[in-house]
Amino acid sequence: MSLPQQFCTFYLAGQCYGLDVLRVQEVVRSQPLTSVPLAHPAVRGLINLRGQIVTAIDLRRRLHLPELAEISEPLNIVLQTDDGAVSLLVDDIGDVLEVSQEQFELPPETLQGAAGEFIQGVYKLSDRLLVILDPERIVAITNQPATKT
Amino acid sequence: MSPDDEILREFLLETHENLALLDSDLVKLEINPAEKSTLAQVFRTFHSVKGTAGFMGLVKLQEVSHAAENLLSKLRAGEITFNPPIATALLRVVDAIREILSNIESTGVEGSGDYTGVAAEVDRLRQQNVGESKPLPATSAIPAPTLETRIELPPPASTLEISESPSAELEFTFADTPVPSGESAEKVTSHVADAAIRVDVGLLDKLMTLVGELVLARNQILQHSQSHEDSGFLGAVQQLNLLTTELQTSVMKTRMQPIGNVLSKFPRIVRDLSVACGKQVRVEIDGQETELDKTLIEAIRDPLTHLIRNAVDHGIEPPAVRKSHGKPEEGWLKLVAFHEGGKVIVEISDDGGGIDETKVRDKALKANLITAEVADRMSRQDLLRLIFVPGFSTADRVTQFSGRGVGMDVVRTNLERIGGTVDIESTPGQGTTIRTKIPLTLAIIPALIVASGGERYAIPQVNLLELVWLDAEHAQHGIERLHGVPVYRLRGKLLPLVFLDEQLQLATLRKEGDELNIVVLQADERPFGLVVEAIRDTEEIVVKPLQKLFKGISAFAGAAIMGDGRVALVLDPVGLAQRASVISGARGRALGEETAEITTPIESHALLLFAPTAGGRMAVPLADVARLEEFSRSRLESLGERLVVQYRGEILPLLDVSAGLAALAVPPSPCGPGPAALSDLVSVVVYDAGAERIGLIVGAILDIVNDPLAIRALANREGVLFTAVVHDQVTEFLDVAALIEATKPPHLHSVK
Repeated sequence: MSLPQQFCTFYLAGQCYGLDVLRVQEVVRSQPLTSVPLAHPAVRGLINLRGQIVTAIDLRRRLHLPELAEISEPLNIVLQTDDGAVSLLVDDIGDVLEVSQEQFELPPETLQGAAGEFIQGVYKLSDRLLVILDPERIVAITNQPATKT
Repeated sequence: MSPDDEILREFLLETHENLALLDSDLVKLEINPAEKSTLAQVFRTFHSVKGTAGFMGLVKLQEVSHAAENLLSKLRAGEITFNPPIATALLRVVDAIREILSNIESTGVEGSGDYTGVAAEVDRLRQQNVGESKPLPATSAIPAPTLETRIELPPPASTLEISESPSAELEFTFADTPVPSGESAEKVTSHVADAAIRVDVGLLDKLMTLVGELVLARNQILQHSQSHEDSGFLGAVQQLNLLTTELQTSVMKTRMQPIGNVLSKFPRIVRDLSVACGKQVRVEIDGQETELDKTLIEAIRDPLTHLIRNAVDHGIEPPAVRKSHGKPEEGWLKLVAFHEGGKVIVEISDDGGGIDETKVRDKALKANLITAEVADRMSRQDLLRLIFVPGFSTADRVTQFSGRGVGMDVVRTNLERIGGTVDIESTPGQGTTIRTKIPLTLAIIPALIVASGGERYAIPQVNLLELVWLDAEHAQHGIERLHGVPVYRLRGKLLPLVFLDEQLQLATLRKEGDELNIVVLQADERPFGLVVEAIRDTEEIVVKPLQKLFKGISAFAGAAIMGDGRVALVLDPVGLAQRASVISGARGRALGEETAEITTPIESHALLLFAPTAGGRMAVPLADVARLEEFSRSRLESLGERLVVQYRGEILPLLDVSAGLAALAVPPSPCGPGPAALSDLVSVVVYDAGAERIGLIVGAILDIVNDPLAIRALANREGVLFTAVVHDQVTEFLDVAALIEATKPPHLHSVK
């Protein structure tokens, strides 16, 4: 697999994650959210991005991580998708990193199930592990009323 | 760009606009030949084109427009009367001008087309009508479709005058006060300065983006202003707030155009088609002022054009056929556009022969689009919808104008690409109506703003009937229960009540004895009361469609950005009404607490219709259907006592609907599963039943439909939530949870 070499990085629950920098439209600070009743629990709501209505997905919920402390304000990573812009809510933003192929490894089998379907692979950096997410799977949420978190 | 190029570009833009007006003006003149102001307008256009063409050295353009100008000069002077042959010749001039302009636009030169025939025909008509010379030989004219030439009867008050050497067939009318042609040619009213200017759409888009940024900055200032007490500063912030909102609204409105920009072109299309097909059609257009985003207007042009071609070519009968059926020889075609429920509706109706669903059925069978068994169970409406299926063609003959009707699936595809829908109604012998719904991306509608559960919601005012406020006492005693459904007697009529917080599963803040705010709405011709916490005010909003992530939530028609920059959801009254009435019909709760947790109420009006292997007609909510599959019977396996199939890397348990229903029957049904399927393929509905996914084995997939479920009744057997009339047929709604429970071990029944 030939993965892109530059990643926009961010943090969730202390873990470092990356997304293909070409898919990231922009990074925006916290925005007022409007809840959408009856939507998938990972969908936190809608935000106004300079006149464009963008759906905000709580990445913690999507990856089955614990809830963020109420006092914290998440940041928005805005992705371009076929269905328009989608925003991912994350704890903090890191740098744009350039990595080499030698550091790459496919995700271990033990990840399958929980959040494994969203992970494309891992880069072994000198000071941490960089988990690469699959943007298509992250945003492919179907609305199932009976879905349980 | 050189000054000459700039002049040319302006000329092209202006002329294209004028030609669009010409089309409708000429069709108008055909109906009302004595309309002087229209004649004058047409003359001015040809005169303007001729003048600029001469200035720019465009010889061919000058030639054809000059010929038309000369003819118009005689028409204006009243020396001859406008008639269909003149209309045809002038419209051909318009087409020639368009072609030349198109060549200039793309290549910079007029092109290699020969337009002398077009000009000669115009000249011939001009001379022939005044008897100045003998008609030109027929071979010199461009071949035209066969026309039924009828001379317009003169007004009774006018005096008929015969020329010195008249043809016995020629009649014409003089105006009461004729003006010499030489003199009238010089009386050209100068152009009134336009009140409008042309702005590039790209520039408008950029302006829209900049205003969006301004809104964001305004919002930040508003937030900061809350911590200030400087009254001067607060006043300035408030002013900035108002101005920014007004600017945003104004910029969004610049992209809106009346749908008449598209509809006004159709009389010309219909006229050309009528002449070529030998039919007579009158066009009526209503709602031309309905506004739509410019990009959507462009997107619907082709689908609508195709629908209209079909109506003229295949819908409306020839005059002789109509007469033999006791109809007027002239058919009518009606275009109506209006706003409804946050969408633009465009209806195309004709009084032609309609569509015979028997022929539709036969052709669908012949093309192997459906089986005979499926066809026998389809309602008339379902059969009509088959014309939108790829591969379907109902036309008995092929014509150059609308092909074989193959385009109907293209029409539907193009409309669905922009989030629109299309549907059809038809009565044999009486006519056909095709209704298209187009979303209002960037469309501005008035809305009522209400609050519930701490959030605001917008309700399109088009659905609003009235507002009712009940004080604490009336709220306590005025609400009655009708078979579990809360109702209120509004002026003697029962008004079903829907509580917004309940429908949206919001935290209920209401207490017994609270006063009530009821918004009386209309959904599918049926009023109901929506109970909200508070009614705020009204606001014009721009409705934007929700993304696919929210597919299946029928309660919302879209979302909008409010004046303060925050997002509010736009309620869909029809969707809410369907949610509420469906839940009251559900019997899942009666099956016990554990089962009720698994049961998924039908929250969507979208349904999957199927026939169980033992026959019948059943439905499940489409929102719970993950996929439709067919498996070879050899792929089915047994796991313990269950039937399973390997599916997408998982083991999918299978459940035959008929077998499950038999297991639930009390007393046990002697018939059991139906006869073994003849086919080697098994139809399976991959169904998400709460936490687990199962495959429902069915006899056949019938259809995917939307239905308001207006007529419903209690179920008459276990395993069925309720029955309802879906598209004119009684349909049972499957209780999947009950089937799962009944077929779990150790009560498993063999399905083989």
